[in-house]
Amino acid sequence: MHIHKLEKVWLAIGFVTLVAFLTTVGIQAFASDGHHGAPSDLTKLNPEKVHETEPFDDPGLHKVGENEYELVMILESYGFTPHEVRIPEGSTVHFQITTIDVVHGFEIAGTTVNMMATPGHVNSMTYTFEEKGNYLILCNEYCGTGHHFMSAELEVY
Amino acid sequence: MVNALDARLSMYHFYTAFAALLIGGFFGLLQTLVRSEQLTLPVELNYYQVLTAHGVLLALVFTTFFIFGFMYAGVVKTTGEFASHRRKAAWVGFVLMLTGTIMAITLILMNKATVLYTFYAPLQASPFFYIGLAFIIVGTYFAAYAIISQYRSWRKEHKGEKSPLFTFMAVATLALWLIATIGVVTAVTLQFIPWSFGWTETINVALSRTLFWFFGHPLVYFWLLPAYMAWYVTVPKIIGGKIFSDSLARLAFLLFILFSIPVGFHHQLLEPGISEVWKYVQVVLTFAVIIPSLMTAFAMFASFEIAGREKGATGLLGWFKKLPWSDVRFIAPFIGMAFFIPAGAGGIINASHQMNQVVHNTIWVTGHFHITIGATVILTFFGISYWLIPHLKGRVLTKHINNLGKYQIVLWTVGMFIMSAAMHFSGLSGNPRRTQITSYNGHEAAASWGSYEVAMSVGGTLLLFSIFLFIGLMINLAFFAPKGSEEFPIGEEFEETHKLPKLLENWKVWIAIAILLILIAYTIPVIDLIQDAPPGSPGYQFW
Repeated sequence: MHIHKLEKVWLAIGFVTLVAFLTTVGIQAFASDGHHGAPSDLTKLNPEKVHETEPFDDPGLHKVGENEYELVMILESYGFTPHEVRIPEGSTVHFQITTIDVVHGFEIAGTTVNMMATPGHVNSMTYTFEEKGNYLILCNEYCGTGHHFMSAELEVY
Repeated sequence: MVNALDARLSMYHFYTAFAALLIGGFFGLLQTLVRSEQLTLPVELNYYQVLTAHGVLLALVFTTFFIFGFMYAGVVKTTGEFASHRRKAAWVGFVLMLTGTIMAITLILMNKATVLYTFYAPLQASPFFYIGLAFIIVGTYFAAYAIISQYRSWRKEHKGEKSPLFTFMAVATLALWLIATIGVVTAVTLQFIPWSFGWTETINVALSRTLFWFFGHPLVYFWLLPAYMAWYVTVPKIIGGKIFSDSLARLAFLLFILFSIPVGFHHQLLEPGISEVWKYVQVVLTFAVIIPSLMTAFAMFASFEIAGREKGATGLLGWFKKLPWSDVRFIAPFIGMAFFIPAGAGGIINASHQMNQVVHNTIWVTGHFHITIGATVILTFFGISYWLIPHLKGRVLTKHINNLGKYQIVLWTVGMFIMSAAMHFSGLSGNPRRTQITSYNGHEAAASWGSYEVAMSVGGTLLLFSIFLFIGLMINLAFFAPKGSEEFPIGEEFEETHKLPKLLENWKVWIAIAILLILIAYTIPVIDLIQDAPPGSPGYQFW
């Protein structure tokens, strides 16, 4: 099969760019300081017994170190528990979430906090809040006709 | 001209497709008006019903009917009329697809299936909604039989000759479709239908999502490849040029079969229960699709340059001016190609671990697929319609209709540009997709989104006007335009090759590689999702 010389050059440039790009994504996901992989928690639980299962038997903000918190949240149509959280500026927060009913999204607008909550699974990620402000937590997966009311607030003071 | 029986077969698919476009497009405008809080829907019809109907009608119904109408016409044009048993199979497929569509839409309008077109469990629709979807897919199997069997008997009758490029591409598209639908058919028949009837109490949610996305990503290539068929085969003829390379075109299609299926996890990057390593494996495979995409881009511009130079263009870029800029059959797909440049870049962003974190499930993603399917693909389909409808109806595309057609294309382009730009920009600051209103009680983080929502409704209005104009022009071309013979443009090769590398038409090899890649990418994670599953979920009807 004949391939035009210019097309070979074009495809070679494309291929090299592709490899460089995938290497960057891979290094950031698996080998960089701080974790930049996709939230992929493998912990499971019974979606109908969330309130009896650790750590969701005690949802809320728990201090676990200097400027370091664990935030355990339960998602359901149409709300977050807890729905108001306050943390000091510069805090690192380890989010742990699950849902007791359908699939929900957990997004903090204007940040990179964004993950799915699917029934039977715990999802988690970590984020450091460097800037003061009133952050909006919202559900970004359709969860019923009240979906657009599903939000919470996180204040960084 | 295509014979009358086969022309009627294609035309019935187009009638259905255009009806779906009109209703689905109208629903789209309603959504933008509700999101921007300029309109409140009556209580009988909620936003999410409208959204479900919009997705089903445009993403599944319009596309599928149009694609089969187009493929039938091209296969008949290049391999001869359908043997009657194949035409019958195609009609059975049509009736099944139409029945399924009517079932699904009826249930959505009755508010018994407000689950959006992705129908994620454990939201549970009426079982007849899932059965309707199953009918649509089974219908496509009859349709696929008609085309593939036609191709096989053509090859038997023409031993040693290479098959017509159009038909080869149609078969490749169907090979992709047949493999991809295994995922959704498995989920619907073994999970959703028994669960929605109450025969099983719970559903394995993570598995159902994985099976859906096994289908969901190749689905977008099922939309795109027919547009590529028009680009590779018909556009070179329309511009008075040649097909740059027949063999490379075939190779590109085969590579799309390989690299569009074992990649569904890039839609599930933020999901628990799937390990990061398998997500990354599928991200790598996702990006491999860039190679055939770059091949396609090269082939398009090469055939443009060839056409321009044959018309006497000189200099580095002189050929660009020689393109037929006043021919709607060309400008529609050309603008579609131009949209694919930012659309492809956006796709790379969505499939990357870190950048996806910012845009996942925001309206950025909605903007992305409105410039892929809603611009690249549909503009190409518009361009096809301007010559194919009169061709099938024995009429001609007049200069007058051509000129009005240009307005229609420009309206669509401007409308889609405004709407998708607003979606992309506000998505970057977190504006969620699939959400009725986004003011969040006046929260400051949501303050900037309102004006973008208004811009979306302006774009949506232009888009609906464009659909009205398109439907009017199609009615004219089908029933009122002057009788005559409109050309079905089939390009010729730049350097005629009679011998194809044998490997290119050895389907067993390519399908085996495709299956191997699927097994590598999916076996272990799917076994994990089944063996190590948490207790399943009962169904919920939150509407």
